[in-house]
Amino acid sequence: MMGYENQESHLYASKEEMESLVLDDDSPNGTAHPFSDPLSSSSSLPFAEIPTDQSQTPNSSFNSILEPPSYAEAIFRSFDADHSFPQLNGAHDHSIASPSSPPSSDDFLTITVSDPQKEQELSNSLVPGGTAYVTYLITTRTNLPEFDGTEFSVRRRFRDVVTLSDRLAESYRGFFIPLRPDKSVVESQVMQKQEFLEQRRAALEKYLRRLAAHPVIRRSEELRMFLEANGKLPLVRTTDVGSRMLDGAVQLPKQIFGETAGGMVDANEVAQPAKGGRDLLRIFRELKQSVSNDWGGVKPPVVEEDKELLEKKQKLHDFEQQLSNVSQQAEALVKAQQDIGETMGQMGLAFVKLTKFETERAVYDSQRTRAADMKNVATASVKASRLYRELNAQTVKHLDKLHEYLGVMLSVNNAFSDRSSALLTVQTLLSELSSLNSRIEKLEAAASKIFGGDRSRIRKIEELKETHRVTEDAKSSAVREYERIKENNKNELERFEKERHDDFLGMLRGFIVNQAGYAEKMANVWKTVAEETSGYAKHGS
Amino acid sequence: MNTMQRSGSGSLQSPRSPSSQAPFLSVSVTDPAKMGNGVQAYISYKVITKTNLPEYEGNEKIVIRRYSDFVWLHDRLFEKYKGIFIPPLPEKSTVEKFRFSAEFIEMRRQALDVFVNRIASHHELRQSDDLRIFLQADEQTMDRARFQETGIFKKKPADLIQIFKDVQSKVSDVVLGKEKPVEESTPEYEKMKSYIFELEDHLAEAQKHAYRLVKRHRELGESLSEFGKAVKLLGTCDDDALGKAFSELGAKSEIISIKLQKEAHHLLMNFEEPLKDYVRAVQSIKATIAERAIAFKKQCELAETIKFKEIDLNKYRLTRSEKLAEAEREYEMLKAEGEETSRRFDTIVRLMNEEIVRFQEQKTSDMGLAFHEFAKGQARLSNGIADAWRSLLPKLEAHSS
Repeated sequence: MMGYENQESHLYASKEEMESLVLDDDSPNGTAHPFSDPLSSSSSLPFAEIPTDQSQTPNSSFNSILEPPSYAEAIFRSFDADHSFPQLNGAHDHSIASPSSPPSSDDFLTITVSDPQKEQELSNSLVPGGTAYVTYLITTRTNLPEFDGTEFSVRRRFRDVVTLSDRLAESYRGFFIPLRPDKSVVESQVMQKQEFLEQRRAALEKYLRRLAAHPVIRRSEELRMFLEANGKLPLVRTTDVGSRMLDGAVQLPKQIFGETAGGMVDANEVAQPAKGGRDLLRIFRELKQSVSNDWGGVKPPVVEEDKELLEKKQKLHDFEQQLSNVSQQAEALVKAQQDIGETMGQMGLAFVKLTKFETERAVYDSQRTRAADMKNVATASVKASRLYRELNAQTVKHLDKLHEYLGVMLSVNNAFSDRSSALLTVQTLLSELSSLNSRIEKLEAAASKIFGGDRSRIRKIEELKETHRVTEDAKSSAVREYERIKENNKNELERFEKERHDDFLGMLRGFIVNQAGYAEKMANVWKTVAEETSGYAKHGS
Repeated sequence: MNTMQRSGSGSLQSPRSPSSQAPFLSVSVTDPAKMGNGVQAYISYKVITKTNLPEYEGNEKIVIRRYSDFVWLHDRLFEKYKGIFIPPLPEKSTVEKFRFSAEFIEMRRQALDVFVNRIASHHELRQSDDLRIFLQADEQTMDRARFQETGIFKKKPADLIQIFKDVQSKVSDVVLGKEKPVEESTPEYEKMKSYIFELEDHLAEAQKHAYRLVKRHRELGESLSEFGKAVKLLGTCDDDALGKAFSELGAKSEIISIKLQKEAHHLLMNFEEPLKDYVRAVQSIKATIAERAIAFKKQCELAETIKFKEIDLNKYRLTRSEKLAEAEREYEMLKAEGEETSRRFDTIVRLMNEEIVRFQEQKTSDMGLAFHEFAKGQARLSNGIADAWRSLLPKLEAHSS
């Protein structure tokens, strides 16, 4: 036991030893590793009956808090049941969109992601053989009317998820859309296959569940198709960059003259932000506009509540910054909790060994007495160590909400940029109209000076007037889109504020109850030892 | 050394509860003060002696002592009272900046106080002249005594290490089944030696983790404090119920952080330090074991020398050599030395047997108290934390509605 060289192996050994130690009373099976995914660690926690009003603000748990001694057990169970039970309604605490009182409490949309499988992509052109990719089984259970069935599964690959995410971003501008998981190219190379697949599976599940919890998006056609449509996902728009560029060039005259189906400008086109490659002209124009905006050039009339918006944005930005700071400190706190638990456990084990040693080699009764005392302390230390581990597993679950909201803030930022780019489109079109108007005026003025008319000029004026009409329509469309996005922003912001309020209060409550409960348990453990050794206090040294 | 009768060998009065008739000797080490400047700076302590023993001048005496004076006392006792487990001293500090930290000074003061009191309550050691000089002599006498010490009695570290190695290898030899003739090897003594060596390892490990536990308390306190500050800032983003809830959480976190820091200190002084003291005590026993080995070796060597001398003597007798007379004188001297050496060795053995009993009893009560303080402190901390967090809940309930 010269101990110092083999610190690492000793560490692992002690973890196992701690697990296998027979303790006097039975302790909760806190085997959850603090940093595992909160969703998967929930299965190791004991939960008894599930309260029926699980998503309501649990008044029941408050009553038990105010009751004397150990409310700890009651609280823990009800809280675990709230948070570890998979969503039955769309109302799940993990996502922003869980209202504290669900709209129609019978709707449900439950999604599970499982069973990663390797599949071969059949080569379609140059590369001989195929490339391999992974598909996941997406299982849905629902009673929503939009869906054809109540229980069904499809296989999707990660690329499909990216597509879904892109399509949603296009269709739901202004909404706070949950962010999809990262492509994680580096991780996929560096991590072990199994570990990576599991990480991705969990991330996908979390993402889809968040989508399902959003009151508007859960009813979207895009999501439905993703979850239900068999075979290849039919949401594909061409992502081939080459054809995009071509498209862009071809679109130019169309955009100017509005020559699409029926001569009307495709409102969709206008309603989309200018995309790379496709809308070259538009990008250039909007760039020019944004530059002139910055330089205080044309001041567009569409600015009324800018001040209010700016204030709101600033507040959200501040909140995001502080949240990020708290999230960092929370991580450090979790680490410190883990460390103290580990050290307590290691010390306990060292005392266990000492106890055995003294007992085996005892010559005098004083040694046996000491060994008995030591055993109490050792046992208590190991118990306390387990309590710290459990405390930490729960703490991670609660404080994870901070991390989640950092993700939500990104969605918020996206929604606000949707608004900005829509506004930019409107401003661009307004300034185009303005310049068209002045050109028409000039030409008309020039033409009127010539008697009989100037054929070419008159033709030109007609063309410009036509362009003006088309652009006017486009502008109306863009304004409608902008207003729509603003409305979405407003509604989502309301929803966000309310949910943020409820979620964070819930998180605080959970965190506090957790800390108090485990502190109480630890106090009890040590109280016993203090009583057992109280005899020594009388003979001070 | 002195002629006073002592009441009983083992039963001692607690030096802090004097009664008017019975003899008492009570010492305390207090008031650490920094003296001098720069490299020469050191800490001095007040040593207050209260006694009714006639050998001591007056009922109360206060002297100023520094760490090296305590070291002098320890070394003198170690030389004179072989066989007795001399109470251990706290270590010299190796890290410069730590030397004058408040915590280190307090830990050292406490340890020195315990040291002197253990000597004062040991039935043999309390009678020593050196103790009296330490407790009573003025500073100049003390300084002089201290300077005389260096060189004469100091054992070179290399010697001690060699002795430890010998003793240690003896232990492992026994374990491996080998025997070396010049070492003591009664089974009980072997058992005791291996017990002591293994005990040190176990204790050192427990103490290492205890020290880390102190640090972890501090770290948890710090991170909780930082967390609290960050949460308070988050609270300023909202001026509604949520903002208030955050502010309250942040404030409470900071309060709890202070509790953790306090407990860390309590843990250090009342649990980790006694464990450390236990380790030192075991090391002191090892030093005594080494002394015993030296004494045994000397005894054996002398016995050998005497035997050879006897052979020579007989030779001279037979040959009626003129060397006989001198040889006889030398032989007598050797015999006397041999008896003295044997007596010394036997004393060591006897004393060690008593000491080991005393040691075990003392450690049981020392550790019992340390365990009690540990448990008490943890219970107090946890209760404090539980109460603090719980007090937030009614406010939180108000914010939610």
